[in-house]
Amino acid sequence: MGKLSNQAVLHKITNRFGELISVPTEPLGLLTFETNKEVISDLLAFLKSDPELKFNYLTDITAIHYPEQELPIGVIYHLHSLVNNVRVRIKVFLEDANPTIPSATNLWEGANWMERETYDYFGINFEGHPNLKRILNVDEMTVFPMRREYPLEDPNRVDKKDYFFGR
Amino acid sequence: MSNKNTSVFFDNDPQDATTTLNLGPTHPATHGVFQNVLEMDGERIVSGVSTIGYIHRAFEKIAEHRPFYQITPLTDRLNYCSSPINNMGWHMTVEKMLGIETPKRVDYLRVIIMELARISDHLICNGILGVDTGAYSGFLYLMEEREHIYEIYEEVCGARLTTNIGRIGGFERDFNDIAFAKLRKFLDKFPPILKEFENLFNRNRIFIDRTSGVGAVDPETALNYSWSGPILRATGVDYDVRVNEPYSSYEDFDFEIPVGTNGDVYDRFIVRNEEMWQSVRIIEQALQKIEKEPKGVFHADVPEFYLPPKEQVYNNMEALIYHFKIVMGEIDTPKTEVYHCVEGGNGELGFYLVNDGGRSPYRLHFRRPSFINYQMYAPMSSGMLLSDAIINMSSLNVIAGELDA
Repeated sequence: MGKLSNQAVLHKITNRFGELISVPTEPLGLLTFETNKEVISDLLAFLKSDPELKFNYLTDITAIHYPEQELPIGVIYHLHSLVNNVRVRIKVFLEDANPTIPSATNLWEGANWMERETYDYFGINFEGHPNLKRILNVDEMTVFPMRREYPLEDPNRVDKKDYFFGR
Repeated sequence: MSNKNTSVFFDNDPQDATTTLNLGPTHPATHGVFQNVLEMDGERIVSGVSTIGYIHRAFEKIAEHRPFYQITPLTDRLNYCSSPINNMGWHMTVEKMLGIETPKRVDYLRVIIMELARISDHLICNGILGVDTGAYSGFLYLMEEREHIYEIYEEVCGARLTTNIGRIGGFERDFNDIAFAKLRKFLDKFPPILKEFENLFNRNRIFIDRTSGVGAVDPETALNYSWSGPILRATGVDYDVRVNEPYSSYEDFDFEIPVGTNGDVYDRFIVRNEEMWQSVRIIEQALQKIEKEPKGVFHADVPEFYLPPKEQVYNNMEALIYHFKIVMGEIDTPKTEVYHCVEGGNGELGFYLVNDGGRSPYRLHFRRPSFINYQMYAPMSSGMLLSDAIINMSSLNVIAGELDA
């Protein structure tokens, strides 16, 4: 695997951010930890620019919804240090009503569409994003379909009734 | 005629105003459902906006309602030019989560199929690039070989395009003798044809003039846009998932990662061609390695997740129980999360799977290389000629299914 161990990476991050990093785990070997939305911009900038860590590649931004949690909406970043061949996963949990988090577009141009997709699915407001609007779904859509409360298919739709098919 | 010097051509169009051009969503030159609204100054693009989502099918939502083994057909429809890579990437993600170790023979069989898929993906891309630059014949030579690859898929799984090949733990059935015979025949026939294709293009003055320097990208910009795959390697960055994080025993193989220097359309073409040669090399090595492995092994021994053969379900109590438990989803899975990525035809194809212990994922996210690679298209098109923008799109090899998921 990578040239840097997960412990070394975590040690370096906690040296800089201390208590602001919580619940570090390693599910199947990938260093994972949580932080909050006040710190995330500084953390991403630090990870990208630190001469030793060099997490210069933004693999992915996505989100997840846990309706039963106090802070239900989680934004998940996957960063990759191509030089050290180490990955890290960062989670930030947000409140349900109008979840807001600073955009990463000032660090990576590639974050643009990833954040638009996440907004489209979960309605997360990325502050500072140059063009935050829906990308895959139609603009007229009013809901954020990947949240758990929306069923896969509308149970009230009438165009799939049996009599349309001679049954 | 008295006034000889007056122009006979009357054009009332204001020559200093820009025009809006709607390129797509069903334009024949874009090979897929892509819409770009371009502001044109004559033939030159001033600015553009990409509109995507025309074939969005909400796979991530559907996947939350399906058991793991039924998600494979969804992955078929991401990059449908190389669906076996998607299928096996998904199987390996689930195997990684469950801690399943696959036998070496399964790994090598997978490598064969995945490299065939890479060849067929690159064949399409480079063939179409030839068509878009005005050379049709190369495309026709290559299509015949893609047909032969599809015949090998057909022998292994019965399908051709959306393959649904393999199962969690390995393959549904062993490769038969015809499959191996076809594979060997392909390995004999394909290299001369690829050589002929390269002879047509690589040193072709018209082709080089047309593609060299078009859409050149420097490595910093490419990394900033999270590019991956052949187009990133064409800029000179040697990032390949097969080497960085070997999966399916890629560490046992001896192959090279071709890189370019300019990141332009010509370099991407050359990198893809060279990758096909490397794929042939890998398949040849895999065939040799399989000889040394025990015969008849085509799946891992995981009865909790691998459906037993039908005859055993009817005649054997244990097999019936496992069959029931798999289909009804009564097997506990670990509560964990996993990110697994494979080198797809277009780059790093990642699966981020969050599992809550049930029969289907709590959340599944596809990191789709086409989606992420395509975002630079509109910005990089500014200042390009329209005809250059078309071949630039061809060389990015954006696949609509993977773009929109």
